[in-house]
Amino acid sequence: MTGQTAGDLLRMTDAGRVHHAGTPAEVHALRSFSLAVAPGELVAVMGPSGSGKSTVLHLAGGLDVPTSGEVVLDGVSLGGLSVRKRAALRRRAVGYVFQDLNLVPALTAVENVMLPRELDGVATSTARTEALAALEEVDVADLADRFPEELSGGQQQRVAIARALVGPRRLVLADEPTGALDSLAGEAVMKVLRARVDAGAAGLLVTHDAQHAAWADRVVRLRDGFVVGTTGDLVHGVGRAPAGVVGDVAGGQR
Amino acid sequence: MSIRHSLLSLLAEGDRHGYQLRQEFEGRTGGTWPVNIGQVYTTLGRLCRDGLAEEVGKQDDGSVTYRITPAGKAEVDTWWTSPVTRAAPDRDETSIKVALAVSSPGVDVLAVLETEREETLRALQAYTRAKTRIPDHPTGGELARLLVLDQQIFTAEAQARWLDHCEQRLAATQGSVR
Repeated sequence: MTGQTAGDLLRMTDAGRVHHAGTPAEVHALRSFSLAVAPGELVAVMGPSGSGKSTVLHLAGGLDVPTSGEVVLDGVSLGGLSVRKRAALRRRAVGYVFQDLNLVPALTAVENVMLPRELDGVATSTARTEALAALEEVDVADLADRFPEELSGGQQQRVAIARALVGPRRLVLADEPTGALDSLAGEAVMKVLRARVDAGAAGLLVTHDAQHAAWADRVVRLRDGFVVGTTGDLVHGVGRAPAGVVGDVAGGQR
Repeated sequence: MSIRHSLLSLLAEGDRHGYQLRQEFEGRTGGTWPVNIGQVYTTLGRLCRDGLAEEVGKQDDGSVTYRITPAGKAEVDTWWTSPVTRAAPDRDETSIKVALAVSSPGVDVLAVLETEREETLRALQAYTRAKTRIPDHPTGGELARLLVLDQQIFTAEAQARWLDHCEQRLAATQGSVR
């Protein structure tokens, strides 16, 4: 926790997202949310459904843009970018791991991991070398030539983590990555994610499972679009959420 | 927690001195429940009184060797094969605090829940960090420690889920639409 900001792979500052603004159906999905994630850090976002945790992930990954505040990905502010440039930045900087349906069924494990690099325009042989190295880092290099249906759920998630962090990508966004797994397989996936982060990646994890959130350095809890609690500073050196915000929500009657 | 049965089960594996029993108990339960040597000797005294163990020799340094009796072996067998009674759960301070908070005027129950939840999550993080220091294929004392840590993690997780549930129930009781 150094207060230094230049190294953050993700920096969200007062980010808010309003749907149907100015109409009776107006919904504040997220309110004034600030969070920084540096290399070597894993941050978990928890909360009930509708709390805004998916919105955090969508904004962090540039899949959606905030209606207020700013999102800076790998040093570039998403706000001023065209849709096309935003997509390019997203592809270059961010990898995703979802609960399931992560891998292309018709491709082998190594081909799945090569895919983002081939889209980057990297030569096939280079992409293959990088993909094998990425699989090695998550301990499934021996499964490189298997198809997804020949892999267990836990093995598929390891391949998905390898794909998320192949090549220059250093930020992995994970949405309930252990959701469909039994407790030991889920633990193994969290161990791999933790190890990749400890090796220099940055991770943002959305989960409703406290046991998996506990692998993170910081756990942020959301309710109704507000931060209601955190086990650490949201933004290094800046301090936790203002007490007033927490108190307002704790008051409860909205 | 039954120190009595734990020590007796160790004696069932062979004769031991008091300090050996203490060392073995702590090592094999992952160092989670420290016992002081006085507690060990008090327990051994009671086991001898009840005919479940006996003194079988004294060394020059005064340390006594204990041996399990046939009655003691039967007692250990019964312990392994019967469930630990859950009829009288330990007093849990968090439950008591939350229960009182609901009926105490001027106490912000949701704030109490949030404070407890943050502490529970911090504990979960600490247990999880401790778990990462155990090798991938643990044996002996490390495996015991891992299983005990797992138990603490599952218990803390249950606590976190219960605190979430309290919050939802309070919201439902107060008539908010969820």
